[in-house]
Amino acid sequence: MRKSGLSRSMAARIFVFSILVAPLFLADLTSAQEGAASPARKKSTVYAELAKAPKKAVDRRNPLEDDPEALAAGAKLFDLHCAQCHGEAADGGKRGPSLRVSKVQQATPGTLFWLLTNGVVRRGMPVWSKLPEPQRWQLVSYIKSLAPALKSNTEGEKSPATRNNPPPPGR
Amino acid sequence: MTSLTYLRLFFSGRINAGLFSWRVLSIASLGVMLVASVLPSQTQENPYIVTYDHYLEEPGSLEVEYFSTFGTQRGGNDFHAFWAEFEYGATAWWTTEVYLDGQTTFNDSTIFTGFRWENRFRLFQHEHFINPVLYLEYEQISGADKILKEIEGHDVEASNGAPNGEARKEHNHELEFKLLLSKAFKGWNIAQNTIATKNVTGGNPWEFGYAVGASRPLALKASPKRCSLCPENFIAGIEMYGDLGDRHSFGLHETSHYVAPVVAWNLPSDWTLRLSPGFGLNDNSHRFLLRWGVSREFSGFGDAISRLFGGR
Repeated sequence: MRKSGLSRSMAARIFVFSILVAPLFLADLTSAQEGAASPARKKSTVYAELAKAPKKAVDRRNPLEDDPEALAAGAKLFDLHCAQCHGEAADGGKRGPSLRVSKVQQATPGTLFWLLTNGVVRRGMPVWSKLPEPQRWQLVSYIKSLAPALKSNTEGEKSPATRNNPPPPGR
Repeated sequence: MTSLTYLRLFFSGRINAGLFSWRVLSIASLGVMLVASVLPSQTQENPYIVTYDHYLEEPGSLEVEYFSTFGTQRGGNDFHAFWAEFEYGATAWWTTEVYLDGQTTFNDSTIFTGFRWENRFRLFQHEHFINPVLYLEYEQISGADKILKEIEGHDVEASNGAPNGEARKEHNHELEFKLLLSKAFKGWNIAQNTIATKNVTGGNPWEFGYAVGASRPLALKASPKRCSLCPENFIAGIEMYGDLGDRHSFGLHETSHYVAPVVAWNLPSDWTLRLSPGFGLNDNSHRFLLRWGVSREFSGFGDAISRLFGGR
């Protein structure tokens, strides 16, 4: 009787654990399948967020644009926080679109800063306001320095221009 | 035994053999930190141990965390409570987390005290003046749980003084709700949590608590070079937390309150180390709580699991 009780207890614990863990995998599989089903649509929706920046944000100037160290610091920050999703060369990854496309490169520094601060939460990009403002501006400096893709696209395909800005060293 | 006496005996090795595991764990953690310090830094974690800000785990990332709380106990034995956290970013607006709790009461025993399942939901898509996050947690813990991760109701020092054999007979199934409010302001993070808990196993009333915190990196600009000891890798702050009574006796009567400086070192290669000495503010509080934690973030964990199940 005692042994049977223990077995039931163990089965109940396994069941509870399965219930706890299932959402983790379901959520990720769902998001992965969404991404695989229509990557172009997903990425173009992310780019469309740039147009939602309010005018006040669009007009903001990068206070670090003359800082000679901002580019290197931005490259380091990109490697630490962004490369996992956007690719080491910023030409797009599984979760994040290319940052070399014209839609990104033609956006004002203020627009990119706004997008970094607010994220695109519904499309999987977290808010990055946890980075202090100067670090977000350093990131903007780096992103604006990237060579644009030769062929303007919204797919984040790798292009020859990628080779002009290799990923930051030291990784 | 005072905290200082305890620490002196602990480091001199003249302390109860039951504490051996903690010493081994501390040394092992130190070794891990030293190994990790030669690798590049990846994380930017807040220093809080009790308070939550509004930042969720990055989608697809798994953060594995270990925390310890050493607490003094008047009218009983001092204790070392510990817990492991497995925190996963399911989406950019939903983070889910499992806790496993345990504790060692000195001159008593070491026991597993239960588990918790926590979920945090970001309510707004964009950043606002104040950013709310909804926190829902289910806890299945025994009366011997002493991690003091959240303090609510009339959770005073005396309630942690019972021997483990007696305290573990009490089984609690609790639902916990928090409203997390947080704001980034000129490099500072300011966070406030309101806590409401209901023990669903008995006729217990709703219990309430609070936590507030403020923190700031030591430098706001990142240095251009990779480094372990750059000031931007250190975040320091302070948090305060305590009880607010229950539905029948809301207020500060028979409640405990703590203030605790906090510091986080975003160690190289996705490791973060946190340290927080806490001090009780009234006679109902433990006089001293020493908390520390180490965590490691695994970016791309979700993608790896997805590939395992045939995803691309």
